Amino acid sequence: MGSGSNPSRSFISSFLIVNKVSDIPFMPAITLYLKVHQPYRLRKMSVFDIGTGLPYFEGVCTSYDETNASILKKVARKSYLPTNNVLLNLLQQHKDFKISMSLSGLFIEQLRAHAPEVLTSFKKLVKTGRVELLGETYYHSLAFLRSPDEFRTQVKMQERVLQRTFGVKPTIFSNTEAAYNNYVGDLVSSLGYKGIITEGADRVLHGRTPNHVYQSPSRRMTILLKNYKLSDDVAFRFSEKKWKEYPLTVDTYVSWINRINGSGEVVNLCMDYETFGEHQWEDSGIFAFLRHLPGKLLEHPDNRFTLPSESVAQFSPRDVLDVPDYITWADTERDLSAWQENAMQKQSFDYVYKLEQDVLATKDEQLIDDWRRLQTSDHFYYMCTKWFEDGDVHKYFNPYESPYEAFINFMNAYHDLKIRVDSYHDSQHQYALKASAQLAAMMKTGALEAR
Amino acid sequence: MQGADHVIANSIFTKEKIVKQYGIPADRVSVVYNGFESSIFDSHGTPRAFLSDSLKSKKIALFVGRLSMHKGPDWFLQAAKLVLEKEPDSLFIVAGTGEMKYRLVELVAELGIADRVLFAGFVRGDLLAQLYSFSSVYVMPSVSEPFGIAALEAMHYGTPVIVTKQSGIAEATRHVLKVDFWDTYELASKILAAFRYAPLHETLAANGFKEAQQFTWDQAATQVAALYHRFSS
Repeated sequence: MGSGSNPSRSFISSFLIVNKVSDIPFMPAITLYLKVHQPYRLRKMSVFDIGTGLPYFEGVCTSYDETNASILKKVARKSYLPTNNVLLNLLQQHKDFKISMSLSGLFIEQLRAHAPEVLTSFKKLVKTGRVELLGETYYHSLAFLRSPDEFRTQVKMQERVLQRTFGVKPTIFSNTEAAYNNYVGDLVSSLGYKGIITEGADRVLHGRTPNHVYQSPSRRMTILLKNYKLSDDVAFRFSEKKWKEYPLTVDTYVSWINRINGSGEVVNLCMDYETFGEHQWEDSGIFAFLRHLPGKLLEHPDNRFTLPSESVAQFSPRDVLDVPDYITWADTERDLSAWQENAMQKQSFDYVYKLEQDVLATKDEQLIDDWRRLQTSDHFYYMCTKWFEDGDVHKYFNPYESPYEAFINFMNAYHDLKIRVDSYHDSQHQYALKASAQLAAMMKTGALEAR
Repeated sequence: MQGADHVIANSIFTKEKIVKQYGIPADRVSVVYNGFESSIFDSHGTPRAFLSDSLKSKKIALFVGRLSMHKGPDWFLQAAKLVLEKEPDSLFIVAGTGEMKYRLVELVAELGIADRVLFAGFVRGDLLAQLYSFSSVYVMPSVSEPFGIAALEAMHYGTPVIVTKQSGIAEATRHVLKVDFWDTYELASKILAAFRYAPLHETLAANGFKEAQQFTWDQAATQVAALYHRFSS
């Protein structure tokens, strides 16, 4: 438990270590962070498709006859394009407005293939210089759970695609589903990142506020925490008619943020990008809300927007945040159980990582890419059986009729991949056997000496 | 039904048929799901050995029901043929009797799978309990099934269940696999998945058991009594 558990003591002890002007409490800065990702969903694969050479990620991939491309285009129309349009206007309108985002490599890849106009709109945003892109894994994977090497590779791949597409290098990290613990903090720090955004979960804050900046026990990582209450008011509750605050107005929301006055440096509002137009539909008034939010916030002279890298540079950590067990931003549990709870999830996940050495040894780019796409966290999320508690959210995102269908389909793809890997190694083995037989024959006939 | 004050259907699947085919207004039909009685399977004395140990170690798919068209035993055997191409050592047990019995024996011979299919005849009590317990998967391939209590019995024994979407039980349960009765490839694919993928078996068994316990006759009786009270007052 740190000094933050007692507000008055927190102020005094923090004040003593002040080394930056901005450490003196005043209206908190506001960070708006949006996470964008689209997985490559698997096509419908039966046992009888195993070994037939079907491409895993093409063709119909939902029970509604959708493809990955058609889903992307639908979400682009409902969310990405209108939201980017609003954001660009806001950036032009308010010189103090800033925003941070992360776009998974798979998302960028799919935009390039199926919705280049959306990619162009993201480039326009980044070009303003007031949009910070954060680092993550290219494949939106949970590789850190099994293979630090694979995790590092995917983080580097993401850095390359951001450099190539937007000309930027991220310095702040946002892990898949905000997954974090002390180990992840150190792992990400070893890759040169200065800070990380994760969930302001109550069980690690022990009564402290998520509106302070923290640091990991090793002191190597600065931690920014999502204010989940204020974030989820928009991301999850905005159009919920049974919510006592419905309909949420910009005035009310800004008054909640202003109320934090003096008890925090930065409010991190973190949400899925698809909150705008996809999770909360246009007719809920979500775009009008977004359009008016920055202006209303900036009406108060002490309010300002900040980027995650600026927060890390400006604010001294108030306390150590010890996170021995994983936290994420999913469900009410805020742990890994949405991906790693039942036997289907755990074992299919293990199967994939057990193939690591064999897959990489093939040096077959297509095979390695397919294997990495199978690591995308969404596949394991679809297998979640916690429906009764968190049903609605899970079901909304699930292209399968049941978690069992998700598992069967995944395993069928996995077995196909395994056959490809095994056949590569078998052929290598056969080649080695053949070569050694030839060598033996040459030695026997004296041909080798003659050469 | 036309003269009844109210009609009780054992599933929405059945209710829809009553509304569409008998012209009963939907608000005059209530749904009360069936329950199942687990105690009838409780063992009394030493159970007879039904399957030899060598058979028990095999992958077994089980059909239980009357051997009639609407129960779909022929679809089960068509799927068995496809499964055996991938898992030649697996076994298919058909428990029940009925007008299709001889036709099914012929079909098994035509399909060339006679050595992999056992006709167990009419089975009940301990023996049925053993069959459920030893099977890798229970299949209810019905072409049309108002409810499907046997699926609950199988779930009670921790056996993964595959039912057709053309059944009441499909709408009432989550922790079962569902297929269209005519899609034998999909049925075969799911039987193979249940045979091969241990985590699937484990998760379906655990969640299926829990789910089955929610279907009790007491609960059904309470709902029916409430309806009687409503319409008698």
